[in-house]
Amino acid sequence: MFAFTLRRLAQSTFVLVAMSFIVFLGVYAIGNPIDLLVNPQADEIERARATVALGLDKPILEQYWIFLKAAARGDLGRSFVYNVPAIDLILSKLPATLELAFAAMLIAVPLAIPLGLVAGLKPDSLIGRAIMAGSILGFSLPTFWVGLVLIMVFSVSLGWLPSNGRGETTLLFGVPVSFLTADGLAHLILPAFNLALFKLSLLIRMTRASAREAMLQDYVKFARAKGLKASRVIGVHVLKNILIPIVTVIGLELGSVIAFAIVTESIFAWPGTGKLLIDSINQLDRPVIVAYLMVIVGLFIIINFVVDVLYSMLDPRVRLGSAAAH
Amino acid sequence: MSASLLEVDRLRMHFFTRAGVVRAVDDVSFSIGEGRILGLVGESGSGKSMTGYSIMGLIDAPGRIVSGRISLEGRDIATLDAEGRRRLRGTKMAMIFQDPMMTLNPVLRIDTQMIEAILAHEKVSRESALARCREALVKVGIASPDERLHSYPHQFSGGMRQRVAIAIALLNRPRLIIADEPTTALDVTIQGQILFEMRKLCRESGTALLWITHDLSVVAGLADEIAVMYAGRLVEHGSVDEVLDRPRHPYTRGLMYSVPASNARGRPLRQIPGMTPSTLQLPSGCAFRERCARADAACQAEPEYICTPDGCGARCFHPHDDPFVLPFEAKEPVA
Amino acid sequence: MAEREDSPFRRFAAEFAESRLALFGLALLVCIATVALLAPLVSPQNPYDLAQLDIMDSKLAPGEQSPLGKTYWLGTDDQGRDMLSGIFFGLRISLLVGVSSTVIALALGLLLGLIAAYAGGWVDTVIMRVVDIQLSFPAILIALVLLAVLGQGVGKIIFALITVQWAYYARTVRSAALVERQKEYIEAARVLALPPGRILLRHLLPNCIPPLIVVATVQVAHAITLEATLSFLGLGLPITEPSLGLLIANGFQYLMSGKYWISFYPGLALVLTIVAINLVADQLRDVLNPRLKR
Repeated sequence: MFAFTLRRLAQSTFVLVAMSFIVFLGVYAIGNPIDLLVNPQADEIERARATVALGLDKPILEQYWIFLKAAARGDLGRSFVYNVPAIDLILSKLPATLELAFAAMLIAVPLAIPLGLVAGLKPDSLIGRAIMAGSILGFSLPTFWVGLVLIMVFSVSLGWLPSNGRGETTLLFGVPVSFLTADGLAHLILPAFNLALFKLSLLIRMTRASAREAMLQDYVKFARAKGLKASRVIGVHVLKNILIPIVTVIGLELGSVIAFAIVTESIFAWPGTGKLLIDSINQLDRPVIVAYLMVIVGLFIIINFVVDVLYSMLDPRVRLGSAAAH
Repeated sequence: MSASLLEVDRLRMHFFTRAGVVRAVDDVSFSIGEGRILGLVGESGSGKSMTGYSIMGLIDAPGRIVSGRISLEGRDIATLDAEGRRRLRGTKMAMIFQDPMMTLNPVLRIDTQMIEAILAHEKVSRESALARCREALVKVGIASPDERLHSYPHQFSGGMRQRVAIAIALLNRPRLIIADEPTTALDVTIQGQILFEMRKLCRESGTALLWITHDLSVVAGLADEIAVMYAGRLVEHGSVDEVLDRPRHPYTRGLMYSVPASNARGRPLRQIPGMTPSTLQLPSGCAFRERCARADAACQAEPEYICTPDGCGARCFHPHDDPFVLPFEAKEPVA
Repeated sequence: MAEREDSPFRRFAAEFAESRLALFGLALLVCIATVALLAPLVSPQNPYDLAQLDIMDSKLAPGEQSPLGKTYWLGTDDQGRDMLSGIFFGLRISLLVGVSSTVIALALGLLLGLIAAYAGGWVDTVIMRVVDIQLSFPAILIALVLLAVLGQGVGKIIFALITVQWAYYARTVRSAALVERQKEYIEAARVLALPPGRILLRHLLPNCIPPLIVVATVQVAHAITLEATLSFLGLGLPITEPSLGLLIANGFQYLMSGKYWISFYPGLALVLTIVAINLVADQLRDVLNPRLKR
């Protein structure tokens, strides 16, 4: 177990460093931020001074090395636009994104598993087919368009829910969250649902496929031969088996939800890291872009790692190893 | 003869698929008395497993029992509703399957899987249920049952798992056990042990045993009676001595010839010519006629099951009448 | 039952037609593709020809008539452009970008996947490592970063889409090829010292095609969606070649004032396209899946 952990850690570090290089190279090759940040009427001397001040005159590789050293210290540069450390900027916006992501998963998962089970156990029934058709729809619709429609229906036509911003926040362990206030919650609902829809469809399809496969297994036959009630056969035997791969998928999807949040945040003007990223790209605020990518890559690596560990803990075959004794 | 515990009378179970109707069980009748063992023999696709499932009530759509009677201890169970069937499963009737790695749920502990078999039918405390599980494990020859109870299936060997499955089957003291090829996936030595123990258990408790297999040699040492199935139909039935000494149906004879032990060394193994027909395209009349050396025009009609006065029967227009002699001893032509 | 000589294609077509939903999807797809291809011919107006636009016609609701008596079936946008025409042209670009990027990504992934499967060893490991790493990141992130670096333009977005997609194909092809490779006839071909290229092309390739078709069909839908999303975010196609995503983005600001049609109808067109593709893809998957063969 220790060797496994060590190996994964080493792998992850390698990926992190490689990504940082690619990202750095790419991002620092865009345009010339000087043109954006310095008064167009400034003369050459001022521009030169600004260039040196921002470290943009050094060769690329040297810039990368400086960057790496600083990154190891936790310093990912200062935002060109806001003039604060980039990492602080990202971290300040991260809670909003995480809150959105978790809310979305909290909507998607408890809905997906029962729906997927029903669709898997009664595939030819009306409700089974309806669920599948719904999931195809949810899967196909582009997230941003769904967000649009949600705004159209719930904000413009019905006027029930706000479509902009985050609303009131309160502090939970020093971190601002919005779900604890009614206003905050109202602001959270539409974007969270928007984000959840795609994942919901994916998870329903996965659960359905797993359930269908599980029902064909011999242990289901044996469980029925013991005279167990159908509710127990499905609720314990089948569920426990399919939960293992599904839990791992959920974990991995969390990472992708955080990335998808970029679109949702843009539509609903949710002040999270996604919106920050888009703005930074448009403003050529390189340090922020780099910091964002590094944080995201780091998050992904952590999530992957946790999922691996979780899987080995949940599946007794992996956890205990096979000791075909006697 | 002791009173019949299980009586199956003209059972028919069909699958209604898009490609056609599959007559998986087609007019099967037999009975098993208390403490008696019936070996149901046939190749894969002969409908023997389906017969077992039909008795247990484990047939799902698109299959269903079309006609016939199944009575357990005198009660007709084929007409019971789903809940009624469920109550019988695991209590009066139990089933053991072929591959215990697949039949035991890999992610649940052994004690969970054993206790639930008891708790599904009776309201007893967990403690007393556990005690019964321990007893059952000891009865099937597993020492240190407590250790086993806390383990997972993948931590056992194949033979051990099958013993656990048998223990589970015995938990509620069933009157009938249906065993579907339980030793096929096991080593020959373990096979022998399990056969012996099952026989002992049945004799001691008066439980009837339906042993489904494709291997004649297995039932030869185990069963009291043998029934042979082909293409969903019962083609021969009788006591083990009768069937093995004087097999009547040409198919049974063919099976006996193809057992390696009955072939001379150095000679090619005898096989029944042709292949098992697909159940969707059975020949009209006798299902075996295209592979039978004795077939003639009469066989285009469906043979009925003919019982002889000495208690056994065959579904054939031209049954054999002579004792079965191993070929390398006989001078007469084969079949 | 009489035996009929059915060519594999006929059998495939018959099985495909078993789903009415899939047939509907196919029909819809054909309509959309036709409209898109013939956009300049079937549109009532060329929305990018400034001479044809009349700013006085801007923001008309669907079905409204302009003072000059022209009926705009789906309304107009803020520049007076006919929405219907805009959608046709937008479809054209969206489909073009989606399909071309998929085709090229498929070719690239096919090549790399086959090489990985056939060569094995460190070549295989390297290629698959790259595939794994790339696939563990959401496509949108990769595409965003690429476009942030490269800027706008049709070629650049196609490049980004290709980069994002090739990994799926590579992985699918490699799995299928690995299964094939272990079969005996490949051993035989090798023993006969047939040139590797030939083995690849004539033997491994045909067996990788069915799963590829399924993946490719779904991927076209993904590519179109991705392109629309990127354009919506302002990073995709430039304004001179507006895809549906850009149209939707343009109309977004008018949503709150009730002029929903500027965003909604392009969105609807996008959705219909994607749903049609997915319907077809689902049925293709069922038909081509060897494990479901009876």
